[in-house]
Amino acid sequence: MKSDHTSYERYVRQTTLKEFGEAGQEKLLQAKILVIGAGGLGCASLQYLVAAGVGTIGIIDDDVVALHNLHRQVLYSVNDIGLSKAVRAASILGLLNPDIIIESFDERLTVANTLTLFSNYDIIIDGTDNFASRYMINDACVLLNKPLVYGAVSKFEGQVAIFNCVMGSREAAVNYRDLFPQPPAADEVANCAEAGVLGVLPGIIGTMQANEAIKLVTGIGHPLINRLLTYNSLNNQVFELELTAHEETRGLVPADAKAFMQTDYDWLCGMVSDRYEIDSQTFDKLRNAGNLLIADVREYDELPAVTEFQHIHIPLGRIENDFPDTENDTIVVFCQSGKRSLQAAKLLTGKFGNTKTIFSLAGGILQWRKDQSL
Amino acid sequence: MKVKIILFGQLTDITGSDTVFIADVHDTEGLVHEINKLYPLMNGAKYIIAVDKKIISTNTGINESSNVALLPPFSGG
Repeated sequence: MKSDHTSYERYVRQTTLKEFGEAGQEKLLQAKILVIGAGGLGCASLQYLVAAGVGTIGIIDDDVVALHNLHRQVLYSVNDIGLSKAVRAASILGLLNPDIIIESFDERLTVANTLTLFSNYDIIIDGTDNFASRYMINDACVLLNKPLVYGAVSKFEGQVAIFNCVMGSREAAVNYRDLFPQPPAADEVANCAEAGVLGVLPGIIGTMQANEAIKLVTGIGHPLINRLLTYNSLNNQVFELELTAHEETRGLVPADAKAFMQTDYDWLCGMVSDRYEIDSQTFDKLRNAGNLLIADVREYDELPAVTEFQHIHIPLGRIENDFPDTENDTIVVFCQSGKRSLQAAKLLTGKFGNTKTIFSLAGGILQWRKDQSL
Repeated sequence: MKVKIILFGQLTDITGSDTVFIADVHDTEGLVHEINKLYPLMNGAKYIIAVDKKIISTNTGINESSNVALLPPFSGG
């Protein structure tokens, strides 16, 4: 995008910085950055990237806004509940800065669309909330040689790093697999839904991700290349770790685009087991056959509310204590995107043993709704 | 001799603190053994060990002036 007089007035407080200047602004306006996930991390990084004048910003997220998001995903308001995060974020951010291009993708990032999407951007920002996506994003960035600004939170602590990037001809680029070569199993590490998170923390970490991306684009300061920063919001301690590339971890990344597109990241992260998962079509057949108990395992206030079929509602955290005995032989559990319901299916198998057949609706209610409209 | 260990993320739920002191250990293998004995839940926990701010993958000598950190993976966003 060509910068003109008006846009420079918008950015004058940062172009006044001699380290940044009009040259820095021009670099930002030329930059293309993709933010994956418009949640706690994404809402924060997006606001500052848009405000700073990054010329093209992509937002991908297949989730919808829920009431329990609002304590940390401060872009949205109660009017947005039930609406697409990607679409609403793009619309709200467009009002903040109409001079840049904002592209929104209301879809899930998968091995099928990742490489094509990433190739249109210079820098990738990871604001996702699960290991399957994180490893997939990391591997795609390694294959495409794209800098990845990583951010993640756990309870009161957050991490930031820049992967897959070298400045000058220093040491080899480090990627996430040099830190944790293999994904943990699904139940080894709790996510925000289970462990909880204070709203300010992803705000701080997401803002740091935006700061690192701006430094990377404009070439100022010392970006967190090959360094992992951990911030503790309770005691304000900052811990920095030097990272080095390991030859053997390169072998864990799929060899090429074809191998990448055949990798099942959900399975690698222990989130999928063929034993439990059924697709929308099979689910509809089971419903027609009857003798079926269907359970929503999302929190009580989550949208969309399901009225299309009869079901009971037991949030994941209450399954073990509150799930009723049932005369039905088959139980199908569902959630928003199919992750929590998979855990629920495993819990229920532990509870009922072989006396029931238990399934999880793959892709969750969002995918089922999409399949219904085909 | 006591070595100061800094813990991160959900590991602090296991130890009840972000800092623990482990006595009479001289290398990281001994440290892991001792920690698992003191905090059995650490057995199943996934984490990396950093000594003096560098990730180690082989048994590494430590002493009371070492900066030892145990970091689990974070996934939240």
